[in-house]
Formats: sequence, structure tokens, C-alpha cells
Amino acid sequence: MNFEFDDDQHLIRDQARSFLGEHCSSSVVREVLEGDALYAEQLWNKVCEMGWTATVIPEEYGGLGLSYLELVVIAEEMGRACAPLPFGSSVYLATEAIMAAGSESQKKKWLPLLAEGKAIGTLAYAEGPGETDAASLSTTVSKDTLTGKKCAVANGNIASLICVLAASDSGEGASLYLVDTSDSGVTAETIRTLDPSLNYADVHFADASCELLGEIGQGRDLLNALLDRAAVLYAWEQLGGAETCLEMAKNYAVQRYAFGRPIGSFQAIKHKLAEMYVKNTLARSNAYFGAWALNSDAEELPLAAATARVGSCQAYYYASKENIQTHGGMGYTWEFDCQFFYRRSKALAVLIGSERQWQEKLISASDPVAV
Amino acid sequence: MDFEDSKAEAAFRLEARTWLENNIPDDNDLSGLSNLQRAKFWQAKKAAARWACIRWPEAYGGRDATAIEHVIWQQEEAKLDLPNTSSFFGIGQGMAGPTLMAWANEEDKARFLPDLASGETVWCQLFSEPAGGSDLAALRTKAVKDGDDWIVNGQKIWTSGAHYSDWGILVLRTDPTVAKHKGLTYFYVDMKSEGIDIKPIKQISGASDFNEVYFTNVRIPDSQRLGDVGQGWHVALTTLMNERASIGAGSGGADFKSLKRLAQQVNIDGKPAIEDSAVRAKLASWYVEEAGLKYTSYRTLSALSKGELPGPENSIGKLVGARKTQDMSSFAIDLLEQQGVQWDAELDAEYNGLFQLSYMGIPGLRIAGGTDEIMANIIAERVLELPQEPRMDKGIPFSEVPTGS
Ligand SMILES: Cc1cc2nc3c(=O)[nH]c(=O)nc-3n(C[C@H](O)[C@H](O)[C@H](O)COP(=O)(O)OP(=O)(O)OC[C@H]3O[C@@H](n4cnc5c(N)ncnc54)[C@H](O)[C@@H]3O)c2cc1C
Repeated sequence: MNFEFDDDQHLIRDQARSFLGEHCSSSVVREVLEGDALYAEQLWNKVCEMGWTATVIPEEYGGLGLSYLELVVIAEEMGRACAPLPFGSSVYLATEAIMAAGSESQKKKWLPLLAEGKAIGTLAYAEGPGETDAASLSTTVSKDTLTGKKCAVANGNIASLICVLAASDSGEGASLYLVDTSDSGVTAETIRTLDPSLNYADVHFADASCELLGEIGQGRDLLNALLDRAAVLYAWEQLGGAETCLEMAKNYAVQRYAFGRPIGSFQAIKHKLAEMYVKNTLARSNAYFGAWALNSDAEELPLAAATARVGSCQAYYYASKENIQTHGGMGYTWEFDCQFFYRRSKALAVLIGSERQWQEKLISASDPVAV
Repeated sequence: MDFEDSKAEAAFRLEARTWLENNIPDDNDLSGLSNLQRAKFWQAKKAAARWACIRWPEAYGGRDATAIEHVIWQQEEAKLDLPNTSSFFGIGQGMAGPTLMAWANEEDKARFLPDLASGETVWCQLFSEPAGGSDLAALRTKAVKDGDDWIVNGQKIWTSGAHYSDWGILVLRTDPTVAKHKGLTYFYVDMKSEGIDIKPIKQISGASDFNEVYFTNVRIPDSQRLGDVGQGWHVALTTLMNERASIGAGSGGADFKSLKRLAQQVNIDGKPAIEDSAVRAKLASWYVEEAGLKYTSYRTLSALSKGELPGPENSIGKLVGARKTQDMSSFAIDLLEQQGVQWDAELDAEYNGLFQLSYMGIPGLRIAGGTDEIMANIIAERVLELPQEPRMDKGIPFSEVPTGS
């Protein structure tokens, strides 16, 4: 047993942190948040040059062939910087979907492009408000063409490929399909969101040509397995965001004076920050176990993933809201950066299923369980 | 990062499991024994095969095991239904032992540690006083030097297990004219010494696990001093750091497993409560805390295995563990609805014992060994390095500190 990252992984973390510190300062986040750009394109090109998008893709498909332990380290730094990039949808969702379920030719076609960042990918399953029911999808496939509408698809308007959950017309139930968005049947409509530092679109498919991804009728299981993997990766990204919130709150609490003393000397503030630290620490420990389970394809993965996901959702929400509170009026201003993390924490919390859904999965996966 | 056993660890696990399975006490061994006698029986048996305090050096009754081996041992022990030893030996082995290890001379270590490991002697912690709980350094029990002895007068309180302990560790005021942290000295004392008077205190749970301990002209030989005169606070920190590490996650009482089992047995709306989504959401959040504490303790192993003192980060274990157990036992009683009120040791433990006992016992754990509030202060000040609050007791002699009385 060994419960630590190794030296090389620590080195990757240090490099990622200093790289993002230099190239993804808060002004870069703010530019996307306030402007028309859908993502920080220059930064994206640099990130791809560094090979981060290629981390776990096998070398034969143009990747670096590293492990998930390297990827989670990068994910945490992405979250810490609140990076305005299509990294998650492309790397944790689309790349994972193709690696897990893609045919040889699908892998050959897409993985090198995803590795290089020439293609951005995403996953589309939600069709409207509330939980998606794989048994009653209104997006359908007939004769290798896909028709329907998917809602709030992360990076739906810049993605070259979309993995879509749809019902097959032959009655086998839900399956996953790959759609190349260069097809004229695909139109994406950018939507306004809670977190404009990321971008989302409603995507319309009108007889868009599609390829089956994985086995017919296995869509629901494939999706769940995929989301388990993505949950660990997002948990690390969420944790990174929560850590920034704690750092910001701490720095402010020692500088800001009220009643003749630093606000950090008041217990109400101290205990709030101690609680952030507690939540972040527990979330980190669960994320460790999740990373191990993901990396070693352990049978504990569904439980480990749900545990990491719930822990990180809770930690990020708490840290981002109490960071605003700690900053007082300043925290509520557009000018201050506290808002980035409050927005992002909610965006990531609903991206692959809400905390409630993952609590549900956790209990289902906990049988039998040894704590 | 690897949560699986290495080859050597798997071999160690097998050795531990085999020994445990072959030596688990049966009803014949235990019948007619009190809980303390059961604990002593089992601890002695472990010690004879060197499975007691396994991280300690062999010379002191341990087996020089690594921190990871210790975890493996604990995991294997937890799988079996064994006599509870930690409530009797936890203070001695978890706090007095490490303090002696750090501060006693070689001769005394050889004299006391093996008996501590084997459960032959039981130790208690005489720190808190009526005037010094959270603010431990405000304690007033006085020690005055008299030849080779110290003469001790005053009162300790909340001393768990004083009534069955052989020895006690204690901090005393040896100089009230200097600042409060500077006038303290650390000792250990034979609990059978003349002038020690032990009076049980009844707790809200109905049990009497802790006591008042009065000292009237008790003589403690100077050879039973740990550290220099006036260095008592520093020595006490060794004990307190180890206390935080040892009262942690595994506090007993309601936990995920027992609460989930209950939720499978009682109904909500005509269906097992475990199918209710509100119940599942709560259970899941508690699981996250429980697992988080477990993996956090694994992560701090690397520091401990390098021989470092358990740091202030360990305050998390008790802080989270205690409040979680309290909320879980309260929720379990809610799930039992009207019958949840029934608490009777002679009835079914699952419905009428476990959670009610946990509910009444756990308020004590949120106070013992540093209250929740003090734990949060420690995290804020020592880990996050936030500024201390202004204090009224700084830079003045202890005798001039305001007391409110
Ligand atoms: C079950 C049990 C077993 C125990 N066993 C032992 C034992 O074996 N040996 C031993 O020496 N002691 C023992 N204790 C004593 C324990 O360590 C003290 O009770 C504890 O430290 C609190 O001190 P106090 O009771 O004087 O409460 P106080 O210190 O008077 O605290 C009262 C309240 O004020 C709050 N408070 C105090 N100071 C602050 C502050 N700076 N900031 C915020 N809030 C504050 C506390 O959090 C608490 O809520 C035991 C206690 C219990 C309940």
C-alpha cells in the first residue's frame, strides 16, 4: 500500500501549477466570462502543445500513454485556475467514451485528433429539465441518422464530435452514437448560462449521420460506466476549485481588519475556514481513493467514484459560497474573482449528474460494503 | 499510489489473520469476566505473541512494525468480534506510552512500557481541572518541592478510568508567579499513593466512566518528573498530539453499516426505509465522511512512518467523527419512530440499545480531548495560520489572570 503520488506526478503538478499561474491568470478567465469568446483559444493551444489532452491516450493513437494519476493531477490544477477551456468535456468525456467503447477505426480516426487538441469532443444526453431517463429518449436513430435535440451540451458549439445517447429505432433501447459535427444535419445554438467562463449549446440533430459507439442497446450501461470514470476526474477538478476558494478566503481574512483586528481572528470566520479545510481534506482523501480505483480499474470504482464526486460537490459548493461571505461586500462585486468559483461550482455540480444522483448511486454501489 | 497490499503486506496480513483466527477468545475464556478482565485477558494473549502495540520497539513489548502494518493489523482486528481493549488501554497506550517514550529515561521506559503494552498496568490522564479544561494551562493543582519529593494539593476532574488505573500522567503548577504556561511541570503518579481520593461522577449516559480525583499532601518522587521543571506544557503537547491521533474516526456507536442495516429493516410508506431517497441522500453524505476519514488517516501514515509527531491535521478525525456519529444516532432513532424512545439493555440491541446508547454517549466525545470548538480553533490557527484572538492572560503572572470567580 502506498497512499501518495510519486515524485514524477508531483513534478507534473508543479509544472501545471506554474504554467497555469502564468498563462491562466484571473484576467484570462474574466475575458471569457465577460467577452464573446467561447473559450480561451490561445491557452487551449498551449495546453494541447503541452500534451495534457493526450495524457492517458495510448501511444499507438498519438497519446502519451501516461496513467490516470497524472491526469488527476492536471485536473486539479485546471480546477484551481478555473480554466475557461473545453478540457473536461473533451478529455474526461469524449476521449474516455471512445477509449472505452470505440471500434478500432473510430479510435484511429478520433484519438489522435483528440490527443492533439485538433478535435474537441463532448457528450450529450440531457433533453430537458430534470433527470434524463434512458428508457424514454426523444432523440432517435433511424438508418444511421440521428434526429432530436440535446440540451445544455458542454462545448456543443465548438465540438467536432459529440457522443450522443439516443434510442435506436429497432427497439433495442438506448445506445451511444458518435456524430461528426461537420455533418450539415447538426446545428448548435449557444445558450446563456450560470457560468459564462464555460460554454454550452443546445444541439439540434436533423437526420445527422451517426455511427454506433459500442454495442447496440448498451447505451445506459456504457453511459454509467463512462460517468463513473468522469466523476473521478471532475472530482479532482472540483477539489482544485475548492482549494482556491479556501486560499482566497484565508488571504483575505488576514488582511482585512474590522473592530481593530484581522477578521481572521474572529471565531465565526475561523470556524468557517476550518470547516472548508475539513471538507476539502475529506474530499481529497476520497479523490485519492477514486484515482486509485480509476487507474487500476478496481471493482470498487462505482463506489469510489460516487464517494469522490459527492465529497467534491459538497466541498466546492461550501467553499465557494463561504468565500464570498468571508469577503463581505467585496465578495459580491463583479470586480472580485469570488464569483468565478461560485458559478463554476454549480456548473460542474450538474454537469454529469447532480449530487443527489450520485448519492443515489453511492448507496446502490455500497452493497456489500466494508468501511 | 496503490491501495492494494504489496507481496510483503499480503504476507503480513495473512500472518495477522491466521493468528487472530486461531486465538480469538471463546465463551469459555470470557465467561464470568468483567469488561476490564476481558480486555486484560485478550491484551495479555496478544502481548505474549507480540501482537500488542505492534509499532513499539521490541524491547518495549512491540514488534517494530511499520505504520502500514499497523493499519493492516487494525483492519484484521476490526473484522472480528473481540473484547473492547481501547476503552481501557487507549489512554495508556495511546497517550502515556508515547509521552514516556519521548521523555522518560531508558530505565523507566524498560520498567513501564512492556506492562503498558500487555495491559498489565492501566494508566489514566489527570489533566483537566475545574478551572482548566479547554484552557488546560489554567490548571491550579499545586506541587511544592520537598527534598527529593513534590507535595501535591488540589483537584483533578473528568479523569476517565481513574478508579481502575494503576498509574496516572499529570500536569501540575509548580510556579504561580510566572506566566501561566511557564509555571507547569509534568509527572506520573502511582494511583495508590496516600492522599489520593477518587470519587466517581455520573454521566448523562447513566454510566460512571470518569471521576473527580482529589490530592491531599500526595508525595510524588522527583524521579517521576518528565522534562524539566517549568517545561510541563511542552511535554503535555506530546500527550495532546497523540490524544488527537488516537481518538479518531473509530469511535464506535452508530456508523454507516449499522444505520444502513437499520434502514433495510424499518419501513417508510410501506417500503424499506433504505428505498427512500431522502434516507439514501443522508446515508451517502455520512458515508462520504466516514470514507474520507479513513483515507485521510491512511494519507497521514506516511508522515507517521517517518517518525513525525501526529500534526494538528489530526484534529479532523475527532471533530468529524463525533458530530457524524451524533447525527447518525439521532437519525436512527427517528427512523425507529415512536419505538425509538425505548432504551433497554435487556431488549434487542439493534432497536433498543445501540443507537440510544450512541445518542447518549456521543455528546461526551464532542467535549473530551478538546471540544469541537477548540478543534476548529486548532485547525484555523495551526494549520491555516489565522491570527489568534486577543487574550487577557498574556504577559502577566498566572496569579493575576482573571478567573471570573
Ligand atoms: C467523556 C469525557 C471524558 C474525559 N476524560 C478526561 C480524562 O481522562 N482526562 C482529562 O484530563 N480530562 C478528561 N475530560 C475533560 C475534557 O478534556 C474537558 O471536559 C474539555 O477539555 C473541556 O473542558 P471543560 O469541560 O472545562 O469545558 P470549558 O473549557 O469550560 O468549555 C465550555 C464551552 O466553552 C467553549 N470554549 C472554551 N474555550 C473556548 C475558546 N477558546 N473558543 C471557543 N469556545 C471555547 C467550549 O468549546 C465549550 O463548548 C473528559 C471529558 C469528557 C466529557
